[in-house]
Amino acid sequence: MSTDEGRSHWFDDEAGPVVRPYAMTRGRTTSPAQHRLDLIAVVVTEPDAGDVEADPTLSPEHVAIVGLCRAEPQSVAELAAEVDLPIGVIRVLVGDLVHAELVHVSRPIPPAELPDESILRDVINGLRAL
Amino acid sequence: MIFGRSERGKPPVEPVTLKILVAGGFGVGKTTLVGAVSEIRPLRTEELLTEAGRPVDDVSGVEGKHTTTVAMDFGRITLREDLVLYLFGTPGQERFWFMWDELSEGALGAVVLADTRRLEDCFAAVDYFERRSIPFLVGVNCFEGSARYPGEAVRQALDLDDDVPVVLCDARDRESVKEVLIGVVQHAMHHAADHREPVIG
Repeated sequence: MSTDEGRSHWFDDEAGPVVRPYAMTRGRTTSPAQHRLDLIAVVVTEPDAGDVEADPTLSPEHVAIVGLCRAEPQSVAELAAEVDLPIGVIRVLVGDLVHAELVHVSRPIPPAELPDESILRDVINGLRAL
Repeated sequence: MIFGRSERGKPPVEPVTLKILVAGGFGVGKTTLVGAVSEIRPLRTEELLTEAGRPVDDVSGVEGKHTTTVAMDFGRITLREDLVLYLFGTPGQERFWFMWDELSEGALGAVVLADTRRLEDCFAAVDYFERRSIPFLVGVNCFEGSARYPGEAVRQALDLDDDVPVVLCDARDRESVKEVLIGVVQHAMHHAADHREPVIG
């Protein structure tokens, strides 16, 4: 990326990431703490999460997620784009943070049931007003 | 240093999130459509796949490649502080269809974007949503220079059910895309009403 010239000078994207993505999850592809997070599940940092940077058990990626979701709740898809990691990796990392009670996840409307008709009307009105 | 933050200000609003899928053939304008209404530049999210157990791919010359990446472009529309709509462009290649299953879970509905010069490109998407009874509409992207066909001709060519809306649109135009999305939500409402009644009755 052009914003980070110092780094791109050394790393060749074509060769793949220097650290394989699932190394950040210590090889885990699922998180025992939770079932599969939807792409639009919203991750919210707990108000009492404190200074996560001082926590030696957290990786820089964990810290980044806590920071992003503190400023504004973020969907799993947005986190994957912001932190630039595959969705599967984000899911595991968020699972760790839920387990550590640093974030919580508000689930989207369960797939089996469509949202309330009043919400759908709100969506239509919101789109009209754009 | 962050101690005491919880006392300051309101806790952030946790919005209700909804998603609409945007499907269609390669190069039909899915990302353009998302970009026309999204408040953020369409973001790209990726998933790594292992190539293990995929003997159908010809890997001669790239034998060292064991993973592949599926990219999905998506956009966001904040309708209200507590109501956010996400638009997801579905991965074009047919072999990534398992990703569609995940994407379509919980989706409000879908737009199948069609190009009349290559209608066959969207057969697969139409078929997919019909089988899973996910409400969808067909948006005919009117490219400059492509012949305009009436919606009815497109409906016949795609063999659509009578209740599937067909709208002509311009994926670059914000107002046009808004109408398409409103159409999807309205269709989803009717669809839900039709499917709820038998259960209640």
